[in-house]
Amino acid sequence: MTIATRIPCVAIAGNPNTGKTTLFNRLTGARAKVGNYPGVTVERQIGSIELEGFGKVQVMDVPGTYSLSARSREEQLAIQAVAGLHPLEKPDVVVCVVDATQLVRNLYLVLQLIELDTPIVCALNMTDRLKVTGQSIDVKALKRALGVPVVPIVAPKGTGFEELRQAIGEVLKDPRKAHVDWPWESPEPLLEADVLTVGKEIPDDWVGGNERRRRALALWALLSVEEEDELDSIPEALRNLVARRRMLADASGRRIEEEIIRSRYGWLDAHSPGFLKESPQSLSLTDKIDRVLLNPTVGFALFIAFMTVLFQSIFAWADPLIGWIEVLFEWLGDTTVAVMPGGFFRDLLVQGLIAGVGGVLVFLPQILLLFFFIGLMEDTGYMTRIAYLMDRVMRLLGLHGRAFVPMLSGYACAVPAILATRTMERSRDRLLTMMVVPLMTCSARLPVYGLLIAAIIPPDHARPFTQGLLLTGMYLFSTLIALLAAGVLGRTVLKGSRVPFLMEMPPYRLPHWPSIVRMMWQRSSVFIREAGTIILACTVGMWFLLSYPKAPETESAQAPVTSPISSDEKAEHEIGGSDLRNSYAGRLGRSVEPILKPLGFDWKIGVGLIGAFAAREVFVSTMAVVYGLDDGEDETSHTLRSHIHEQRWPDGRVVYTPLVCFSLMAFFALACQCMSTVAVVKRETGSWRWPIFLFGYTTAMAWVASFAIYQGGTLLGF
Amino acid sequence: MVSLNHLTSGAQGRLVRLGGDRAFRRRLMELGLLPGTPVRLVRRAELGGVLEIEVRRSRLTVRLAEAAEVFVVAAE
Repeated sequence: MTIATRIPCVAIAGNPNTGKTTLFNRLTGARAKVGNYPGVTVERQIGSIELEGFGKVQVMDVPGTYSLSARSREEQLAIQAVAGLHPLEKPDVVVCVVDATQLVRNLYLVLQLIELDTPIVCALNMTDRLKVTGQSIDVKALKRALGVPVVPIVAPKGTGFEELRQAIGEVLKDPRKAHVDWPWESPEPLLEADVLTVGKEIPDDWVGGNERRRRALALWALLSVEEEDELDSIPEALRNLVARRRMLADASGRRIEEEIIRSRYGWLDAHSPGFLKESPQSLSLTDKIDRVLLNPTVGFALFIAFMTVLFQSIFAWADPLIGWIEVLFEWLGDTTVAVMPGGFFRDLLVQGLIAGVGGVLVFLPQILLLFFFIGLMEDTGYMTRIAYLMDRVMRLLGLHGRAFVPMLSGYACAVPAILATRTMERSRDRLLTMMVVPLMTCSARLPVYGLLIAAIIPPDHARPFTQGLLLTGMYLFSTLIALLAAGVLGRTVLKGSRVPFLMEMPPYRLPHWPSIVRMMWQRSSVFIREAGTIILACTVGMWFLLSYPKAPETESAQAPVTSPISSDEKAEHEIGGSDLRNSYAGRLGRSVEPILKPLGFDWKIGVGLIGAFAAREVFVSTMAVVYGLDDGEDETSHTLRSHIHEQRWPDGRVVYTPLVCFSLMAFFALACQCMSTVAVVKRETGSWRWPIFLFGYTTAMAWVASFAIYQGGTLLGF
Repeated sequence: MVSLNHLTSGAQGRLVRLGGDRAFRRRLMELGLLPGTPVRLVRRAELGGVLEIEVRRSRLTVRLAEAAEVFVVAAE
């Protein structure tokens, strides 16, 4: 950014669950933009406020953190953002949001910011809850003890915002107002030596001419840098030095971490009686609720009930809305066909663009509903309880406890489920979940299973429950494979250093509705803008593949001259569908037949598989077209089913034997046959690397499974 | 001296020694649990394999395996 007069920048930092987001939202109004931090997939919001005497001031959020010391790349962001380390710009003021009901622990972060000589304003939030918790804070005394501006606020109500804006303005005008001398003295003389030595290896551009920051950053390095960390751009010399100092300390029985942390808490504990009065706690409302919600039997039953509602909503309640969107876009398409002269552009508009936009928007109901529930669970504090209840099971699979909601949502649709992985802060946990969620049996697979199960067991001969049992079997199969894949990927490709499961159990709070609505809106608009464009482009591409080149009218009844496969001759006897057969997709289907034949699939199924990449359920309608049925034919009608039964290989064998149907169902269960999923993974991971990996490994797995089923079954004589 | 996972639900203790992974120790200390700090076992999630503890009025969750390396003296 090269602006002539630099816009001042305010960063909002603080512990998790302190109401940072609410403050940010209320301060900046509805105009914030969501973007990524440079180089990582962590999102940040940037908004602006009007400040008297300054005009427009930029406001950005910093990921919530208990401390600036870091192990993961995501945690490192916090210090980079507040201290203006590479590649981020240094904020002019950092507003540190402090939960008044957990004052001492929150001040630990404030102390670190003071060490870095950051111009800070302390926003003392949740002051309205102090009465309930039996605490009282003397704000003047707190201000004196810290030496920085402290403003009591109640973020959801907007109380104290005027004073906060004033305080920000004053520090912007004169940063010395927030300058304090280094607060604490280390009681350990040996620690001083470590800090001085390590300080010499702190790069000068981190220090930025303020020698005090050298000391603060040396402390940061001593706490953060270690063999297993995932930190970025730490000079090798600094790494080695920290390791050596730590080894020396360990050898003499010192614990550097404890010395540093104890120095800070020592200062806080010595000063807190001056500004904080606490009376003994009575049983809180959170305690009473948790007695029920975390109860091994009642709590677990309620958990299952909540999850059932969540799942039902995205699986079934979203359906009518999706239906309306589909009807609307069908109508748009039909109307365009009626008013526009036929030809390439009409087809492009109707089958490519209108269908594509519709194909993006159909995801909205599920995304909105899922994020409504996620917002509700995050805001009230229930999400942490889910992780608490599910940790053992999820950990067994190498997944984070919070991966439960995305995994469950995957049974409805992978697209919102992948968006829902945001509730996990670590990118390794997010990636692992994203890589296995598409294996869950989503609702788009159901029409395909329906068709194939009907082909295996014709409905008229079905014994009760056999069809249902088969479908249940498919659900179990996909779940089992997803869990296995998580176990394997988590120990190989996505092996991460162990991260302690230390979470805060926040007290229950009433949800802040505007924040939830805002999150629903943000997630949907980011999806439409960034994943939607890829999906739209894919739809146009798929339309082109499936309808070009057009077969000349006269040739449509004859076998194409260049046809490479003998089975064509028979196929050509079928009426219609010749456009598709001659299309690029048709040719592609034929050219991949050699790869598909060992799975029991003919080239027509190959075309169906290619069509299914647009969306799995499209397989059914593509097959209808391949078999020359009218476009308008009801997809689930008997016509398609009977056509399927009549399909023969050139040598007269039946194509859709039960074995082939099983092989095909296994293929659909495992392959990530869904461009929308691929697109949304691209958007969430920020590169093509992971979506390509996802597509590759699931397709390979699908091929192997189908091969094993078909060849194994054939050997066994099925 | 007992490890944290041997406290009964609701029992109060005082931290004596933190063992385990460096990252775990650092995280716990930064959340305010230093040797000498009072700590209370709030409840255990049998199914989840996780403990909920109270430190300086905040509630934290710790896995059983990690809690086994946190040693406390039971307070009266």
